[in-house]
Amino acid sequence: MKTDGELLYAYAVARDGGSPADVPETLTGVADEPVVPVRHAGFAALVGRVPAAEFEEDALRERLEDLAWLERVARGHQRVVDAAVSAFSCALPLRLATVYRDEEGVRRMLADGSASLGSALDRLEGRVEWGVTVYALPPPNPPDPPDPLELSPTPSPPESAPAPSGRDYLRRRGAQRRAREADARRAGRAAEAVHDTLSPLAEEVRLHPPQDSRLSDHPGHNLLNAAYLVPRERTEEFTRTVAALTDDAPDGLRIRLSGPWAPYSFVTHAP
Amino acid sequence: MISDDLPTERLSLVDLLDRLLAGGVVLTGDLTLRIADVDLVRIDLRALISSVDARVPSPWEPPAP
Repeated sequence: MKTDGELLYAYAVARDGGSPADVPETLTGVADEPVVPVRHAGFAALVGRVPAAEFEEDALRERLEDLAWLERVARGHQRVVDAAVSAFSCALPLRLATVYRDEEGVRRMLADGSASLGSALDRLEGRVEWGVTVYALPPPNPPDPPDPLELSPTPSPPESAPAPSGRDYLRRRGAQRRAREADARRAGRAAEAVHDTLSPLAEEVRLHPPQDSRLSDHPGHNLLNAAYLVPRERTEEFTRTVAALTDDAPDGLRIRLSGPWAPYSFVTHAP
Repeated sequence: MISDDLPTERLSLVDLLDRLLAGGVVLTGDLTLRIADVDLVRIDLRALISSVDARVPSPWEPPAP
């Protein structure tokens, strides 16, 4: 079955329900290729044939530096995983760029991993992942106090107000710094409170590293980047709680809900 | 509070990359290329940023002369 110059990209693993029509024929993957199930050992892996020129190790390493390419692959991967979740009652997303040389490799993976794949599917059946991020927006810029060492001839202060002394300047600077620190502490406590409110609604919680604003283009500072594993029947309660937290959030705090996701963050127990 | 002042497309990509680069089943096997567990786990957002911000040196290559 091997075609030269092609590799098999594996997206997700589910229990093989035996039905031949569970994956839409129009589904395409990271290289716009058709996606088909490889069935073995009671499992089905969704795979697609991708060009080796893009996905073998050296090529991949180079292309991962290309954000546009990475985005296309990431969105394609997510598209197939979402389809797998709809087609099967539970599907395990695989790590980005899980690539095999041929179908025999995929079948061996399913057989070798059957115990851990089965227990992960049992644990995650009927659960979805929700993401919640909390960002603190930068405070509106207070005007810098005038630098007393710099003589500004233009705006002459009202006669009643004497020119600020160096001591005034330092005092004001210190007050601004303390206010900023107090704001940061308040925002940190508010983010913790969000997490403390949501955690009891989840079976498992995973904290991802804070998102880097240089990548996210977000003007704020990411205080919480959490994933919650929520039983389907508690989804409404969970999203309602996030909405209430969002409505009640103090000024300058942004709470974002993302999902429902396939349980990417929970396929292995939190490290 | 509506987040219409935020770059939602980019944020949704970052949410996705958080999951794809740190989550998902990591499988090993004789015939896998072992890309997932060997390389991708070391690629964090800092490495990704190097593709959009030339001031951060690439982790793979020496800076161009």
